[in-house]
Amino acid sequence: MAEKVLMKGNEAIAEAAIRCGCRHYFGYPITPQTEIAAYMSKRMPKIGGTFLQAESEIAAINMVYGAASTGRRTMTSSSSPGISLKAEGISYLAGADLPALIVNIQRGGPGLGGIQPSQSDYFFMTRGPGHGDFHIIVLAPATVQEMADMTRLAFELGEKYRMPAMLLADGTMGQMMEPVVLPEESNDLDSIAAAKPWAATGTGMKRPHNIINSLYLKPDELEKTNIERFERYAKLEKEECRWEEYLMDDAEICVVSVGITARVSKNAIVAARKEGIKVGMIRPITLYPFPKEPLAKAAARVKSFLTVELNMGQMNEDVKLAINCSKKVAMCNRVGGMIPGADEVLAAIRKEAR
Amino acid sequence: MTFEVIMAGFGGQGLLFSGKVLAHAALIEGKELSWLPSYGPEMRGGTCNCSVIVSDDPVGSPIIANPNVLMVMNEPSLDKFESSVAPGGTVFVDSSLISRKVERTDINAVYIPATQMAKDMNAHSLANMIILGAIVKKLGCVSADIVEQALRETISARKADLLDLNLKAVAMGMKFIEEQA
Amino acid sequence: MAVVFQKPKSLTDAVLHYCPGCTHGIVHRLVAEAIDELGIEGRTIGIAPVGCSVMAYDYFNCDMIEAAHGRAPAVATGVKRSMPDNIVFTYQGDGDLASIGLCETVSTACRGENITIIFINNAIYGMTGGQMAPTSLIGQVTQTSPYGRDAATQGMPIRVSELLATLEAPVYLERVAVNSVAHVRQAKKAILKAFKNQVEGKGFSLVEVLSTCPTNWGLTPQKACQFVEEKMMPFYPLGVFKDKS
Repeated sequence: MAEKVLMKGNEAIAEAAIRCGCRHYFGYPITPQTEIAAYMSKRMPKIGGTFLQAESEIAAINMVYGAASTGRRTMTSSSSPGISLKAEGISYLAGADLPALIVNIQRGGPGLGGIQPSQSDYFFMTRGPGHGDFHIIVLAPATVQEMADMTRLAFELGEKYRMPAMLLADGTMGQMMEPVVLPEESNDLDSIAAAKPWAATGTGMKRPHNIINSLYLKPDELEKTNIERFERYAKLEKEECRWEEYLMDDAEICVVSVGITARVSKNAIVAARKEGIKVGMIRPITLYPFPKEPLAKAAARVKSFLTVELNMGQMNEDVKLAINCSKKVAMCNRVGGMIPGADEVLAAIRKEAR
Repeated sequence: MTFEVIMAGFGGQGLLFSGKVLAHAALIEGKELSWLPSYGPEMRGGTCNCSVIVSDDPVGSPIIANPNVLMVMNEPSLDKFESSVAPGGTVFVDSSLISRKVERTDINAVYIPATQMAKDMNAHSLANMIILGAIVKKLGCVSADIVEQALRETISARKADLLDLNLKAVAMGMKFIEEQA
Repeated sequence: MAVVFQKPKSLTDAVLHYCPGCTHGIVHRLVAEAIDELGIEGRTIGIAPVGCSVMAYDYFNCDMIEAAHGRAPAVATGVKRSMPDNIVFTYQGDGDLASIGLCETVSTACRGENITIIFINNAIYGMTGGQMAPTSLIGQVTQTSPYGRDAATQGMPIRVSELLATLEAPVYLERVAVNSVAHVRQAKKAILKAFKNQVEGKGFSLVEVLSTCPTNWGLTPQKACQFVEEKMMPFYPLGVFKDKS
């Protein structure tokens, strides 16, 4: 088995990206994700890659757009306010059907907000962060190991479905260290690029020119691209939903939570089980596509749901939609950088058990 | 057994580093662990802490509500965390920097004049490692002989020349506990 | 029959959509001729802007990327950094390059990216129907400066070539015009040089081209050429502002 190393979540993402063949990183400093940029600035020059500190988040995402246009694995990372600035570029990536990795280590908002952990970009990310009708793949790791593993998954899914993919985590996940087994090195960068015949790499006078574009002035053509894109999303929703079920076999209460709050919830669930409360958890791993099916199935047998989240109830709405409001969906939440303690989650579970 | 350790004090006292060494030692021993720093806008002088969990079982939340080990290197940190320590837990106090005693009677207190000891050995910034040595010796959360390897593998290349001094500081902390016993 | 004049290979057969008398067509041709002459069509990647030349991606025969408004230099940076052996150029208007994308323009020049920028300055927003541009002249009437551009409330026009010439990194900055045969010849030389610099790995080159917009200026093509000569050139003098090549 490969060696376990101790790394921060942010560093694990950076190293995993490099091992997945990402050689072009463009970013701009912002807490609490700056370790990614710092790590890339150390490593990239030594492996013939690009680390570029852009003049703005806007420039960084457009550099990603350029590198992605050439078919290379490329990425940027930021935290909530920076992602607002990237929204323009993300929309263009989606409109031009370009795969790229975007990391969002969330902090509290709106506005400048704070720098402590948050999950308040949930709506913004899962509804397609930018103008127009589109989605990006959104993955929500809950361990440093998952941060590394999902970096690979994000590149692969993004390329398979030709769309941007995001790792969405909170500040805690980015800052914490845990043992992690890093993905194996992929050395075959050329074949990754060669699998993209649509890329702008120069015609070599051997083929007609490729155009990377999101402009369609004829409405019927634009409509066609939108419909085709949503057919891809439908396939993604059908085939790529990922989630974890924890103690759900006999559960009467189903906690739904992601990232750091899913971990706090696990502690609370263990404590509640000791009190004889039948509680389990469904932890969505893909936020888009959202794992509606396991939630709908659970709705047939549990008494109620309890979302635990670091926002004012954004995922709560998705759970209600997934189960068609057939059961109560309660909530335990803190915002602004506060994180509910296991005792707070336990109290909320007890309330549902009554 | 699960050790939930909070190390707290001022930024610049090396608290994140001593936490890293402990976490790395746990990694070498094949234990489950997590390390979580506080992070804020200040780089030096502000309050700073890190939470390290070392366990035989997988770690759930990395956030510690009730530490069973508390290491404090300034008085505000003792004020802030004393009440949260789990009953039966142990507080390690740098008594060169904190004049007051632990008030609770249901927890153990170990007073180490770590900053003074560090000064005496001409290693001003290594009080953190002295207390780490004491924690490891007193509680056995990781085996004492692994700390050396952990330190060797954690220390940055820039500070590699300070490795021996760090090792000496850890040993001092361990000796302090032995002599107390 | 002997061929005495033909379309450059680097232009497609698509019919240009530009208005009668607009000089975009001339500049497109000059760019295509430069690419042909240097034999780089197969390894050139162009970045189209948002503005009248948004559909340049249909006109150039090389691989093309359409960028968001003002972001072409950032996109070009991403392309060049991942394909350093390719030739990368952007083609941008004044609103795109000197207003919404000024930050990208200055930063890309400052980094000395080894790319070529063709900057069309016609002192107006063409595609959206003739609004004031950062380069509109004092007193110039546009849809959004109906009483003429007023320095007190709307500021002064920006001289991009002079501005960039204050930076250390750029290798070559020249302002040319295409309102007369002589000026077109000079523009051709400048554009060719801006590409050649990149081929030789010299660094950042930008050619500012004073262009016409007869439609939005409300002038005939001929009068528009006179406007360039009489109104624009006094404020935007032609010449080389930097040449380290």
